[in-house]
Amino acid sequence: MLQLLQLIVSGAAIGCIYALLALGFVLIYKATETVNFAQGDLMMVGGFLGLAAMTLIGLPFTVAFILTIAAMAVVGMGIERLVLRPLLGQPAFTFVMMTIGIGYLARGLVTMIPYWGTETHTLPVPFKDEVVWIGGEGKGLVMSVEHLVIILATVALVALLYVFFRYTRLGIAMQATSQNQLAAFYMGIPVRRVNMLIWGLSSAICGVAGLLLAPITFVHANMGFVGLKAFPAAVVGGFGSIPGALVGGLVIGIVESLAGFYLPEGYKDIAAYVVVLVMLVVKPNGLFGDNLTKKV
Amino acid sequence: MHFIFKTRYEQDINLFRHGGQTFWYAALALALVAAPWLLSEYTLSQVTFIGIYAIVCLGLMLLAGFTGQVSLGHAGFLAMGAYTEAYLQANGWPFMISLPMSALVAGITGIMIGLPALRVKGMYLSIATLAFGFILEEVVVQAESITGGNAGRQLGPLTIGGINFDDGINFYFLVTGIAVVCVLGVLNLLRSPTGRAFVAIRDSEVSAQSMGINLAHYKTTAFALSAALAGIAGALYAHKIRIITPDQFGFLQSIELLMMVVIGGLGSIQGAIFGPAFWFLVQQLIVTGKDWLPPAIGQQTGLQPTIFGIILIAIVLFEPLGLYGRWLKLRTFLEIFPFYRKGMFKRQKSYMKSERMK
Repeated sequence: MLQLLQLIVSGAAIGCIYALLALGFVLIYKATETVNFAQGDLMMVGGFLGLAAMTLIGLPFTVAFILTIAAMAVVGMGIERLVLRPLLGQPAFTFVMMTIGIGYLARGLVTMIPYWGTETHTLPVPFKDEVVWIGGEGKGLVMSVEHLVIILATVALVALLYVFFRYTRLGIAMQATSQNQLAAFYMGIPVRRVNMLIWGLSSAICGVAGLLLAPITFVHANMGFVGLKAFPAAVVGGFGSIPGALVGGLVIGIVESLAGFYLPEGYKDIAAYVVVLVMLVVKPNGLFGDNLTKKV
Repeated sequence: MHFIFKTRYEQDINLFRHGGQTFWYAALALALVAAPWLLSEYTLSQVTFIGIYAIVCLGLMLLAGFTGQVSLGHAGFLAMGAYTEAYLQANGWPFMISLPMSALVAGITGIMIGLPALRVKGMYLSIATLAFGFILEEVVVQAESITGGNAGRQLGPLTIGGINFDDGINFYFLVTGIAVVCVLGVLNLLRSPTGRAFVAIRDSEVSAQSMGINLAHYKTTAFALSAALAGIAGALYAHKIRIITPDQFGFLQSIELLMMVVIGGLGSIQGAIFGPAFWFLVQQLIVTGKDWLPPAIGQQTGLQPTIFGIILIAIVLFEPLGLYGRWLKLRTFLEIFPFYRKGMFKRQKSYMKSERMK
């Protein structure tokens, strides 16, 4: 029983990473109907930026954390402004190829850095290799601080985003854009600028996910493949639903953790994809998705 | 500019629309036949690779370029073909039977993947193919008795009717012959009601449906045909490379196939051949050119992905019809010289087409 609980807790921690990535993904999808296949690679870039800030410049973790988030927001806005805005009005396939290209290029550029990009690095976080006991030392639930930080940071970030979307003018403008671009435009919302900011916000969330994941999986150029599991998370939760993305991420994380323990070696990595295939056949709209029907 | 005054029905369905085309394609055919004696052994081997990739790209073009469905797991179909061929060959099946079997097995997998298409669409389908690609890669690793697992599986020499086809020239002719047959097949398919239905689905699912096209049926057909072509290419690929391992058929391979198709030019058969040809050419240029670059740039493993990433982004931004589109522009420019106008191929901007019901 305790073991099961243990697995669920560590699964939930990884699930939070998937949830964050799926969240960033859903934000972009809801606002611009662009499926961002570069999500995982943006996370990788975030991890490397954090690493650079901490090891090359030598900043403390908190400062590096904030700087990375800011830098990622700039990267996201830059991507939207430079390569996606000129494509506005093109079919969805164009955007799919563009984001795939961005991801491919990001992976290439990182491995272009001599002696650095192709290596695997450890992010020197202050809470490395520490554990906390819940319910008594030696007999209760053991939890590594890295996992705890992930869960707490995710909860904090989600609360922050909730407040942002609920109470600030910009957040409400973003919600309006996601619901109906044309109507939002008529109401005087600068839709294109809002889209740019949404890309910035989403990339910043990716950066957070990268920094939180880094202590567990190390920082390396192929870190982005983990980010592809944001798709199963988003689909399970129902594409385009923010609470859905969070629940979906947790579901995927926990399923993966259980599969890693109860099933033979190798099945852990594909558990998420099996779940998404089953979900697509059984309930394609996901747990929280609204019924999608196409309009002429 | 050629203006063809059509007086007979045959002119409408002719493979070549006018004498010029017949001449140039005949010249191309001659060049292909003469290639083994003109090219070095290494170049011929690269051309053979282009032929193999052209077959996969043709299948992917049918799916992405003509039916409008994005597949992010096409390397999986390639793997199905390659491993089927390796397994059947080891069990003593002749190539003439094992090749169609590879296509069939891959095609059936394609149908299975197309099945979610009965319920989902758009990017859901591409996520299903993505999931399929990852799952298949793992299945190949696990099924060691058939696939050899991570250690890979070796193929025996290829003989058809007593003739050894492992030799560069013979294998080149085999690949080229199959590629030409596939191109002609797809060309004919696109002129049939099925092909028209594919294009209709690409242009608008809703209007295709209201014209009486059964979406699920045609999408599954497109998946099956596309996968079957990938299966054929997979079988040839296995013979070309001799030893196949699961990591040759990973997610990156799927992405690169898709990139080849987009760079070649979506929605054109020529694009499916231009794409891989350009890919291998650039790859070769990078290999030969990197010694000239400063080592800080030239010797990095990321050089190739960086260059291809930039090419892809540039193509998507500036040339949505890919290399074929560029060629069309050049040809039009020459044909109507000096009357070419700047905006002749301008993309129509449209309001964002929402997939949502609001």
